[in-house]
Amino acid sequence: MLRLPRFQYHAPRSLTGALELASRHANEFMYIAGGTDLLPNMKHLLFEPPHLISLRGLRELDFIEVQGGGGIRIGALTTLTRIAESDLARRELPSLAQAAGLVAGPQIRNMGTLGGNVCLDTRCVYYNQTLFWRKALGYCLKKDGSQCHVVQSGKRCVAAHSADTVPALITLGAAVELQSPRGAREIRLEDFFSGDGVKNTVREADEIITAVRIPPQPRGRRANYTKVRIRNSIDFPILSIALAVDFREDGRTCDNVELVMTALGSKPRRIGNLHGVVEGRALTAEVIQAVAHQAHRQAHPLTNINVDPEWRREVAPVYVRRALERAVRAG
Amino acid sequence: MKVVCTLRVNGEPHEIAIPPHWTLLEALRYELGLTGSKQGCDKGDCGACTVIVDGRPELSCLTLALGAEGRDVRTVEGLATPQGLHPLQDCFDLNGAAQCGFCTPGILMSAAALLEHNPSPTREEIKQALAGNLCRCTGYTKILDAVEQAAARLREARP
Ligand SMILES: Cc1cc2nc3c(=O)[nH]c(=O)nc-3n(C[C@H](O)[C@H](O)[C@H](O)COP(=O)(O)OP(=O)(O)OC[C@H]3O[C@@H](n4cnc5c(N)ncnc54)[C@H](O)[C@@H]3O)c2cc1C
Ligand code: SF4
Ligand code: FES
Ligand code: FES
Repeated sequence: MLRLPRFQYHAPRSLTGALELASRHANEFMYIAGGTDLLPNMKHLLFEPPHLISLRGLRELDFIEVQGGGGIRIGALTTLTRIAESDLARRELPSLAQAAGLVAGPQIRNMGTLGGNVCLDTRCVYYNQTLFWRKALGYCLKKDGSQCHVVQSGKRCVAAHSADTVPALITLGAAVELQSPRGAREIRLEDFFSGDGVKNTVREADEIITAVRIPPQPRGRRANYTKVRIRNSIDFPILSIALAVDFREDGRTCDNVELVMTALGSKPRRIGNLHGVVEGRALTAEVIQAVAHQAHRQAHPLTNINVDPEWRREVAPVYVRRALERAVRAG
Repeated sequence: MKVVCTLRVNGEPHEIAIPPHWTLLEALRYELGLTGSKQGCDKGDCGACTVIVDGRPELSCLTLALGAEGRDVRTVEGLATPQGLHPLQDCFDLNGAAQCGFCTPGILMSAAALLEHNPSPTREEIKQALAGNLCRCTGYTKILDAVEQAAARLREARP
């Protein structure tokens, strides 16, 4: 039995109401959406906010809509199930629909929201544990301690960014819309994350993610999502790969490959130096091998996840190759 | 400090006084005496606490009781009717789909929600729907058999 620490609960009915409560309880609250990340963490006494402000009543943030110019906006309170089952998302944003449908198990996808997934706390075998466990080993940088058990000499927490929808959204060029008592701003999702696992986003405590905006996708783009996990029915990723390949009109010649991997360090990793490898070429076995090689060079799994990092590194190029082959076949 | 809230459980409104940090599972078990929903891992891994909320299976161990106000909650206690057991319950019995039984209430609720949305699921669809419910006894085969049989019975019973 894991008891939650005490807090006061607020259930505003509108965005304005939520922001008012945030101002009133400044520095003493956290937002809660589906609760599927926050509540286990609170049960482990990783967070003990005196106030919880629930975003569930903000029905205005539950939507999937096509925008004028052809982009798509998804409200932050939209559940993962709704995204995974949406005809629009499956047709226009297949890698996102796949990623949403691969989060945890069915019940959690019915509860968990897109905004909560984007804000998912980083994860580490030395962190997602009860107080009893963490105390026995000695605390770490991310919570109450002064050393890191993963990188012993490290000065920065490298707990794993583990959200499934995020790498897919980054390859699609998505941006997050934020609202706070001070006003609204928009940030490219790629710039939303920092390399510090203690707090790996640039979101201020009182900022609410209202929506995720995905720009119109290039014609000829084929995107897919691959998730490696121990139990395919329920687990967090131990490695994940979001891919978007842009083909020219002939459906064979490649213009560009976007490749973002996660479940490594504290932010999703974009695999760079691919443009020169793929531009103007067909994705032959040789070109695919060159892309997979870049993934192997640039992805560095750590012991923050309880599965051999060497193994994860060796399988990374294999899954990248298969993802590329799927994109070629999808033509 | 306790707060008063109204939970709609198995069609009946219940006014209860609970501390704000109680989960829906705690309110069901320790305030309403509905101990059918099981407290397994208490952190989202096992599915033993699954209840149907507004028509979808959700985890009551990760739902705040106050967050369930105004929503329609159904637990395993609401499956049987005065006329008898729900076909799922009867088929679980007939197929030996419950051994220790700890996972059973959660699995019944996931399966009930599935059959309400999809009266003719394939075996693969049943597996997908039960993916978030762990069973450490049965090996799952008999559970899948039971759900298939219950689905067939429910289809026959329909006009
Ligand atoms: C057993 C288990 C398995 C899981 N497996 C996976 C998995 O495979 N992949 C995966 O990605 N996740 C997984 N999760 C984590 C979680 O279920 C999902 O990430 C989910 O999308 C979180 O959304 P939520 O609405 O429940 O977030 P919450 O728990 O409500 O919130 C998470 C964080 O985001 C903040 N927040 C939420 N919404 C907003 C908003 N609109 N604006 C600002 N801040 C906000 C909260 O304050 C909190 O800090 C798993 C969880 C469990 C318990
Ligand atoms: S990476 Fe290091 S500091 Fe961060 S949670 Fe793990 S052990 Fe703690
Ligand atoms: S008790 Fe809720 S998922 Fe295990
Ligand atoms: S019957 Fe024992 S856990 Fe399923």
